[in-house]
Amino acid sequence: MKTLMMTGAALALTASAAFAQDVIRMGTEGAYPPYNYIDDNGELAGFEIELGNELCARAELTCEWVSNDWDSIIPNLVSSNYDTIMAGMSITDERDEVIDFTQNYYPPTESAYVGASEEADFEGGVVAAQTATIQAAHVAEGGAALIEFATPEETVAAVRNGEADAVFADYDFLKPIVDASGGELMFVGDPVPLGGGIGMGLRESDTELKETFDTIIGEMKEDGTLNEMLVKWFGEEITTY
Amino acid sequence: MFAFCTDPGTLDGLAWFACYLTTGKHLAFYGAFGTVLLLLAITAPAALLLGFGGAVAARSRIPPVSWIGKAYIAIVRGVPDIAFFLFFVIALDQGFEWIRHKIRCPDWDQPIRQGSDFIVCAEAKLPLSTAPQWVHETYGFLVAVLTFAIVFGAFAANVLYGAMRAVPRAQVETAEAYGLTRSQTFRRIIVPQMWVYALPGLSNLWMVLIKATPLLFLLGVEDIVYWARDLGGTKTPQFTDYPHGDWRMWYFLALLVFYLAFTKLSETVLDRLMTRLTRGQATLAGEAQRKAGA
Amino acid sequence: MSCWETLADYGLRSLGIGERLLPRSDFTLCQQVVLIGSGMIWNIYFGTLALLSGFFLATAVAVGKAARNPFARKASEWFILIFRGSPLFIQFFFAYFVFLSLKSSYPFFDPFTSAWLGALIVLFLNTAAYSGEIFYGALLSVPKGDLEAADAYGLTGWTRFRRITWPTMLRLAWPAYTNEAIFLFHATALVFFSGFPTRQQKGDALYYASYFADKTFNPFVPYPILAGYFILLTLTIIGIFGLANRRLNRHLPQARRGRLKLRMNLIR
Repeated sequence: MKTLMMTGAALALTASAAFAQDVIRMGTEGAYPPYNYIDDNGELAGFEIELGNELCARAELTCEWVSNDWDSIIPNLVSSNYDTIMAGMSITDERDEVIDFTQNYYPPTESAYVGASEEADFEGGVVAAQTATIQAAHVAEGGAALIEFATPEETVAAVRNGEADAVFADYDFLKPIVDASGGELMFVGDPVPLGGGIGMGLRESDTELKETFDTIIGEMKEDGTLNEMLVKWFGEEITTY
Repeated sequence: MFAFCTDPGTLDGLAWFACYLTTGKHLAFYGAFGTVLLLLAITAPAALLLGFGGAVAARSRIPPVSWIGKAYIAIVRGVPDIAFFLFFVIALDQGFEWIRHKIRCPDWDQPIRQGSDFIVCAEAKLPLSTAPQWVHETYGFLVAVLTFAIVFGAFAANVLYGAMRAVPRAQVETAEAYGLTRSQTFRRIIVPQMWVYALPGLSNLWMVLIKATPLLFLLGVEDIVYWARDLGGTKTPQFTDYPHGDWRMWYFLALLVFYLAFTKLSETVLDRLMTRLTRGQATLAGEAQRKAGA
Repeated sequence: MSCWETLADYGLRSLGIGERLLPRSDFTLCQQVVLIGSGMIWNIYFGTLALLSGFFLATAVAVGKAARNPFARKASEWFILIFRGSPLFIQFFFAYFVFLSLKSSYPFFDPFTSAWLGALIVLFLNTAAYSGEIFYGALLSVPKGDLEAADAYGLTGWTRFRRITWPTMLRLAWPAYTNEAIFLFHATALVFFSGFPTRQQKGDALYYASYFADKTFNPFVPYPILAGYFILLTLTIIGIFGLANRRLNRHLPQARRGRLKLRMNLIR
């Protein structure tokens, strides 16, 4: 009960502070650990949440997190239901036509295949990916048969229960899952570099806010705080800036 | 929740479950059942109101009004509700903001649609961007309620329209013979009597409404389906104190049982209500009660 | 690219025939209309097969619920309660997970996690329960005189059921059954939106509509197209059921035949 009351107090604090100045509403998915997820207390947590809070603190802005389904995450941004997206969203040309991105806060990394055995056929078999991601688009173009799920969690479950031969997703999303699976799941094939890293998405007309966050991300890259966060959430192997 | 939950890794069996089922996330899940009930409690009267309006419009003697009423009933009925849910929320939200924008910022010179962006002046935002989080959540919930009410209002309109026509013709003729005007007849004769004809349709509608609530998660509300999907998924030890495998089947079984119990309860209550309402009515069921009593 | 070429490339895309890749940029209205239409093939497939197969089970359930045998009656009542009392959406999710766990122990269940079979089974059971309740109501309303006439002619057992009870039951249930058919077709839109995954981007109309809504970031074009298709489908169903209704009532005097009264029971 204690924790509950604490969160209640924290909420009240943020709520009253919110009246003081404009609030930046930050959209995320809440289903993509370690980038963003919901912890045992039912609150948003993860690399992007920590980074987002730091960015807001440096910019002296009040920020509120909003979780939104991946499917409608961009339409809700452009119709101003929140102001930014930090949801492990890779910078692509397609998305860049509709929204703007800051410079990436997460280096261009690789997407990888995970299968249930060494022989998993990720080139011609059935490969699972989350709907409307760059990974789904990549599989659709290749020789494998794409099978789509609404959440990232379901794509991994599909490999476990034999629905798919392999899952194709961000390496860093898959890594903790493979580590915890005790040999049940493993990486197969070579990683594929996709996208231009992960950046914060904003409305194209919101140039001022984009400048602000862009500058701070630059600062954090230089002073090494961003690298520290990356290592904290993704381990020593992560490519840093 | 409990004192012994500080280190769940050491627990097993019942104690583990006691802690697991009382995490903050689970409490949010239980709270979501309240959200569903709240949605039903607000949507049902709202849909009835919209339905009444629709039925009155469809009966209107002014052709354009009656066309609007009939088109409303026909279009919503002809299209799967899920198709509405997928774009109504954004459409309604943008519609409201556009209207407020026109009223509050008459001298705004920039276009509202810039590329794919939809931008209104800060004063027209709904809710205002300075509003606290709970206002945003309430607003999102109310838009969801409105979407539900519009869709189910069309069904209710259909039921009420039929019920108004089911009131025996002789009753209306008698009213005319007494010199009542058309609106007096409507208020004093048709409306009081139509309910008994509408009740079977409305109770059916209530059941349909209950069964439509899982679609709430399409409207961006964190409802029971959202939480069940999240909680049931495989959890790795890095991000939780309670790692477990794929338990989605059990969570959805729980939802299934919840809905079964809820519809069964509703059915029982509605049956009793029907029995009460038909007492003394000049219908077959009313007659049967009279005979049974005699 | 002309619209005819688009039709040739994507007309049967939902079945995996034609162009392999979905359009990814420069979306035209024609592409949206063609692909969403292509997806309707699946909605029609699910609706038609579930309705046809469900019809027979529904008759059995209705007869079972009206039977004197307590075992048959209880079984039918529970079946109807479970499928009518819970949301189809949850049924899809739950069925998918059940099929998954069955599949891991029995290879026989392999195809059941695919929508074409698994979702069809759920829809079949679902519509059987709803129609079963409708048929049961109609069965109780079969005029006593009809049955007495059958007795007078010496018809008994199966012959009496097939020639007297069943046709009358259908005739009485038809308007409500038409509604059930309409709602069943609407319900097919839920298939790929719940537990069942989409394979090789072969989805139903709603899948393609949301694909375009996602790619163009504009929901105001694809969903109205989808709505248009469903209105056409609804009108077609009403037409076909109206014809069947005429046939069912063909022995009645012209004046009593009338048109199918759809206003009776407008919701599921």
